[in-house]
Amino acid sequence: MSSISKPKQFQLPRIFPRPKSHKGLWYWLATVDHKKIGTMYGLVSFFWFLIGGIEALLIRLQLGQAESSILSPEVYNQMFTMHGTTMVFLVVMPLSAAFFNWIVPLQIGARDVAFPRLNALSLWVFIFGSILMNISWFAGGAPNGGWFGYPPNSSLGFNPGNGITYWIMGLNVLGVASIAAGLNFIVTIINMRAPGLHMMRLPVFTWMTLITSVLIVLALPILAVAGIQLTADRIYGTNFFNSEAGGDPIFWQHIFWLFGHPEVYILILPAMGIVSEVLPTFSRKPLFGYTAIVFAGLVIGFMGWFVWSHHMFTVGLGPAANTAFTVTTMLIAIPTGVKIFNWISTLWGGSIKLNTSMLFSIGFIAMFTIGGLSGVTHAASPSDAQQQDTYYVVAHFHYVLFGGSIFAIFSGIYYWWPKFTGWLLDEKLGITSFILMFIGFNLQFGPMHWVGLNGMPRRIYTYAEDMGWESSNLAATIGGFIIALSVLVFLVNVILSKRKKQNAGGDPWDARTLEWSIASPPPHYNFVEIPKVNNIDDWWYKKYPELLEGNNQNIKKQKIEVEDSSNVDESKIHLPDLSYYPLLIGIGLTIAALGVMYTYALVAIGLVMVFWGSIGWSTEPVNEDSNEHH
Amino acid sequence: MSTDVTIQHGEEINNSTGVSAKKLLMWVFLGSDVMFFGTFIATFMAYRNKSLVGPYPEDTLNIPITSVSTFVLLMSSLGIVLALHYLKEARMGLAKFWLLMVIIMGIGFIGFQVYEFAHFANMGMTPQVNLFGSTFFTLTSLHGAHVSLGILWLIFLLINEYRGNLNSENAIDLEIAGLYWHFVDIVWIVIFALLYLITANDGVPPGGIPWIGGH
Repeated sequence: MSSISKPKQFQLPRIFPRPKSHKGLWYWLATVDHKKIGTMYGLVSFFWFLIGGIEALLIRLQLGQAESSILSPEVYNQMFTMHGTTMVFLVVMPLSAAFFNWIVPLQIGARDVAFPRLNALSLWVFIFGSILMNISWFAGGAPNGGWFGYPPNSSLGFNPGNGITYWIMGLNVLGVASIAAGLNFIVTIINMRAPGLHMMRLPVFTWMTLITSVLIVLALPILAVAGIQLTADRIYGTNFFNSEAGGDPIFWQHIFWLFGHPEVYILILPAMGIVSEVLPTFSRKPLFGYTAIVFAGLVIGFMGWFVWSHHMFTVGLGPAANTAFTVTTMLIAIPTGVKIFNWISTLWGGSIKLNTSMLFSIGFIAMFTIGGLSGVTHAASPSDAQQQDTYYVVAHFHYVLFGGSIFAIFSGIYYWWPKFTGWLLDEKLGITSFILMFIGFNLQFGPMHWVGLNGMPRRIYTYAEDMGWESSNLAATIGGFIIALSVLVFLVNVILSKRKKQNAGGDPWDARTLEWSIASPPPHYNFVEIPKVNNIDDWWYKKYPELLEGNNQNIKKQKIEVEDSSNVDESKIHLPDLSYYPLLIGIGLTIAALGVMYTYALVAIGLVMVFWGSIGWSTEPVNEDSNEHH
Repeated sequence: MSTDVTIQHGEEINNSTGVSAKKLLMWVFLGSDVMFFGTFIATFMAYRNKSLVGPYPEDTLNIPITSVSTFVLLMSSLGIVLALHYLKEARMGLAKFWLLMVIIMGIGFIGFQVYEFAHFANMGMTPQVNLFGSTFFTLTSLHGAHVSLGILWLIFLLINEYRGNLNSENAIDLEIAGLYWHFVDIVWIVIFALLYLITANDGVPPGGIPWIGGH
C-alpha cells in the first residue's frame, strides 16, 4: 500500500466518476471490501447451486423409472455435463472462495486481503465466466461431453456446434478468476498476518485456504493449456488430439487429470478447514493434533499430484503404471485417515453442543469416511476395472463431494452466519434441514453403490426394465427430492430468521479464533486495533487464561468484550477507495472469450476493454484523498 | 493490550515477511506460469517425432538465425538489470537509456519471431499441417505473447520515468517487471534448448512420409 502521492500522476480520463457513496448499486459494483465480495461470491454461487440442483433433479426424474422419456438423450448429455461442471466450478469452488473472502482476513487480523482490487477482479471474472458458460443453453445447446470433455467425443468431428467451445471458454475465464484469487490469498496469508500470528498459530481453516490456493495456482494453468489445445483443434484445425495426424486423445486424459486430481483436493480441503473450526468450538476443546492436521493437509496437497492416472486404470497404461498409481493413491488414505481420527479425538471427552452447524460437521465426518473408503476400493486397479464408469463411482464422488464438501459448507454457513449478518439462524429449522438432507442424501447415493456394482453404467439416459435397477433408482430419485426439500427448508429458515433478527452479538458460540473478537457484522475496517497474538486460538485463551496454566477446574470466563466499534474515528483508518476497473476488465475478458467463437471484432472490443481497464487500474490512486504528506 | 500497534494512516497494513506484497505476488504468479509453460513444453516433448507428414524439424528450423534472436533476448535481461541499477541510484539518464534498450531488444526478438513464422508459413509449415506445427506454434506464439505483454509493461514504466512518476523511491515497480522479464527469458532458454537445439536434426519418424518440400 505504498501510495506515494505524485503531483503529476497521470490518470486515464474517466467515463464514469469514481463511485464514492457506500450505498446503492454503484457501491456493490465497485466495492473492494473483502466482506462484500465474499457475500456476492456466496449469493451468486448459491444461485448456481440451485440451478445445478435443478439439473440433478431432472436427471433423477429421467432415471426414476426404466425407459422413461422425460429428457431426450441429447438433452440428458447436456444435463449431466452441466450438472457436474456447475457443481465443481460454479458451486463448490466459489462457495469456498466466499468463505476465504469473508473469513481469512478476519482470522489473520487484517483489514482486507493483500490486493483488494484484484479480489474484486476475481469476483467479476467468476460471475461473467459463469454466465458465459450458461449462455450456451440458448446458443445452440449446452456442452455435452461430460465434465472431463474427453476427445475425440469433444472434437469437432463428433461434436459440431459451439457447446464444447462454450465449455472451454467458460472454464478458461473461470480459471483466470480462480488463479487471481489463489495468488491473492497466498500473499494475504503469508504476508498480512497480525503480529505474533506465526504460521503454526494460524487457524486450520486459514491453513487449508493457503494449501488450496497453492493447488489452484499450480493446477488451473494445466486446465488452461488443455483448453487452449482443444480450442485450437476445434477452431483452428490443429492436431493435438487428432489421431489421424498422429495426435493422441489419451494425452488429453493425462493433462486433464493432472489438473483434475489436484482439483479434487481444491474442492475438499476448504471443507476440511471448516470442519476443523466447527468441531473444537462446539466441543469446547482445542483441536486434537493441530500440527498433525496441518501437515496432513500439506501431505494431501503434495501427494495429490502423483495419483492422476487412477482415473485412467482402464485405458491400458500397462501393469507398471497401474501398480504405481494404485500405490500412490492408497497412500493418500493415510493423511486423510490422520485427519479423520483427529476430528473424532477432538470430539472425545468434549462438552458437545449438537446444534445445526455441529451436526453438519459430524455428518461430514461420517459421510466423508464412507466416501473415502469406497475411494480406496477403486484405488486398487484390478477392482477398479469392475467399477470404472459405473454408478459405484458416482456414489463415491457424491459421498466425498456432497457428503463431504457440501455438508461442510452448510456447517460453515450455519457457523459463520451470525458473523456475516449479526443475527442467528433458527435452530429448529436448521436441524430439520440437516435431518432431511442426511436422509435424502443417503437415500439418493447409498443405493448407487449396489446398483453400480450390479453393472449400471454412468451417463446412460435410460435402462431396460428387467435389469433389476428400478427400485434403487426410484429410491435415489425420492432421495433427490428430499434433498431439494431440505434446501427449501434452509431458504425458509433464512427468510423467517431475517424477520426475527435474533441478535447474535460478536461471539455467539464462545468461539476460539480472531473473527469472533469483533462485532457482527464487522465494521468495514474489521479491527479497531490490529490484535497481537500469543497463542493458537488466541481469542479463546484471552477469555480463559487459566487454561494456559493447566488449570481445568472451575474455570472463570474473563470479562472480555468484543471490540466496540461505535466510537472509532474512521478518518484515521485508510482503506482503498472503490474502483470499477475490475468490473470493466471482467466484462472485457468475457466479451473477448465470446468473440473467439463468433467474430474477431468482439475479441478486439474485449481486449480494448481489458487494456483500458488495466491502464486505468494502474494509474488511479488507491485513495483519492491521499494528497496529504506523510 | 498492545500499545505498539496503533492506527496510523498508511502504516496499519501488516507485513509479516518483510517482502513487499507486490513482489511476493509476482513470485507466486511466476510459479503458476511455470505450470502453464511446463504443460506446453511437455506436450511438445510427448509429440516429438510423432508427426506423420512433413515438414519436419530438420526441414524447417534455422539454428543460426534463432541463435541471434536468442542472444538479443538474453542481452535484454542484462539491460533490465542495468536499468534497475541506475534507477535505484537515481541516475535517470542511464536508467531511461537502458530501459529503452530493453524495449528495443524485446521488439527485435518479436521481429525475428514474426520473420520466422512468416518464413515457415511460406515453406508450408503451419499449425494445421502436422503435430510439430501444432505444438511448435502454440508454444512459441504464447511465449511471444508473454514477451509482447512485457514490452507493453516496460513502455508504460518508461513513460512513467519520463513523467517523473517512477524514480529511485519506487524502483520496486521496475524490479517486479524485471522479475517477469527474466522469467520470460529463462523460459526461452528452455524452449531454445528443447524446441530448437535438440530437435533440429529430427527427420522423418518411423511411419512418417518424407517431405518433398515446397508447396
